[in-house]
Amino acid sequence: MATTETMTLNMGPQHPSTHGVLRLVLELDGEVIVKVTPHIGFLHRGVEKLSEHRTYHQILPLTDRLDYLAPMSNNLGYILTVEKLMAVEVPERAETIRIIMAELTRLESHLVWLACHALDIGAMTVFIYAFRERETVMEIYELISGARMTSNFFRVGGLSQDVPDEFVKKVGDFIDVMPGYLDQYEGLLTTNPIWLKRTVGNGVISAEDAIDIGITGPALRGSGVDWDLRRDNPYSGYDKYQFKVPTGENCDTFDRYKVRLVEMREACKIVRQALDRLKPGPVLADCPQVCYPPKENVYNSIEGLIHHFKIASEGFAAPEGEVYHGVEAPKGELGFYIVSDGGNKPERLRIRPPSFVNLQAIEQMSVGSMIADLVAVIGTLDIVLGEIDR
Amino acid sequence: MAENNRAVLKLKEKFSASIIDVVEFRGEVTVTVAKDAIIEILSFLKQSLQYNLLTDLTAVDYLGKKEERFMMVYQLYSIPNKDRLRIKTPVTEVECTVPTATQVWKTANWLEREVYDLFGITFSGHPDLRRILMTDDWVGHPLRKDYPLQGPDREPYKGRLS
Repeated sequence: MATTETMTLNMGPQHPSTHGVLRLVLELDGEVIVKVTPHIGFLHRGVEKLSEHRTYHQILPLTDRLDYLAPMSNNLGYILTVEKLMAVEVPERAETIRIIMAELTRLESHLVWLACHALDIGAMTVFIYAFRERETVMEIYELISGARMTSNFFRVGGLSQDVPDEFVKKVGDFIDVMPGYLDQYEGLLTTNPIWLKRTVGNGVISAEDAIDIGITGPALRGSGVDWDLRRDNPYSGYDKYQFKVPTGENCDTFDRYKVRLVEMREACKIVRQALDRLKPGPVLADCPQVCYPPKENVYNSIEGLIHHFKIASEGFAAPEGEVYHGVEAPKGELGFYIVSDGGNKPERLRIRPPSFVNLQAIEQMSVGSMIADLVAVIGTLDIVLGEIDR
Repeated sequence: MAENNRAVLKLKEKFSASIIDVVEFRGEVTVTVAKDAIIEILSFLKQSLQYNLLTDLTAVDYLGKKEERFMMVYQLYSIPNKDRLRIKTPVTEVECTVPTATQVWKTANWLEREVYDLFGITFSGHPDLRRILMTDDWVGHPLRKDYPLQGPDREPYKGRLS
């Protein structure tokens, strides 16, 4: 009598389609997946521990190294949490620029998702195209903050500096052409028979299961749950903008693909509305206990220099208490939870990464399918290991 | 006000003996409850008050600052009602174990593994309690306050860190 037994296969951490250093131990029956055990932590840098030893301003550069494909969303989530703790009001211009950058970041993150997801499934052209457009977003990042990825541009109370004059034109030009590029990607993929074969019916997870397992963001909306923090618990002035929240019906990879593409189109619309609202004005709150002084004061007056030195070295003391704030990051709900004991450093800073929680669903979404479909599931979950491992 | 919060009213009605404290800060309601009743309270919030999403589960180490060293923190969210609630429960160092919330939400699986890994709190009834971020043979729990920032076998950092 012939007997069969399952085979154990190691996938990653060095594997191009695991999007970083994700290691999966697969139990296979032929090519069919019986069990998936993810092993994570290869990129663990102890950001939460480190934050307990840094002042509130000094933690900010650590946050854009979490989800390095969407640095400004991370900055925004952290900054809003500290502002909630300190009860700081942000000027309108700063809020509007934050929204422009948060939505451009959403575009950037989704472009990388689309590029890698398509490449994993075998559509190479989309990868090249999407990275071309991402480059423009990177240039805008560089224009305003000097850095292409680790932007560190927002500050508690506003922005580190005002944006240069060419910013509005550059952003406007980009979002004018972006919908055309999205049509181009859709032309390559949406009706492509190979793409449909690989994505329709792949990685199905029902809305109830998705909520039970804690999935948030576009992956949850793909399962038909109409919930978006930007609309339902607005922050940073999102309530002043009109946008649609797309949802899927079939809970599969193809629906999540469609949801993300609509989100990119909506992001362009939000940026356009924000550009129209952009008025001259201050970009930093008038709150000297918390905010850095303007650079001209630092260079030209002794009081300004002392003020800068005090904020940079000692920081500011936060009131005793605890706050949580969640933002709709490109990958799902990104939350920061700060416990303050009244000092200038947090007693505890907890980061609630969307990818970490979403990745938990991988087993449920891939058991019973082929190895090649697992690659599509990893792509559709849109994980980034910098955020999972922290 | 915290007293008028829909969840606080119901919890006070049903679990008045288990509620230790109710605080509102910056519009966020935090209810501290006794550890024995935690699963009962979480299930009640999920089943009867539509707090269907466990956003986050974590712990805080109050070494030397509070009588009970650890505090478990559950961040709940209700997708139908769009509101948040934070439930906390104190855990002593001597009896460093909490009943698992995986029976209420599957989300809790990895989040509890992370708390076990980084704080050393164990979860009774957890289906797969292993380390998750640190390696399996790691000694110690890095997010505890008495765990040195530089790691256990390194010279403490002499320069300024903050």
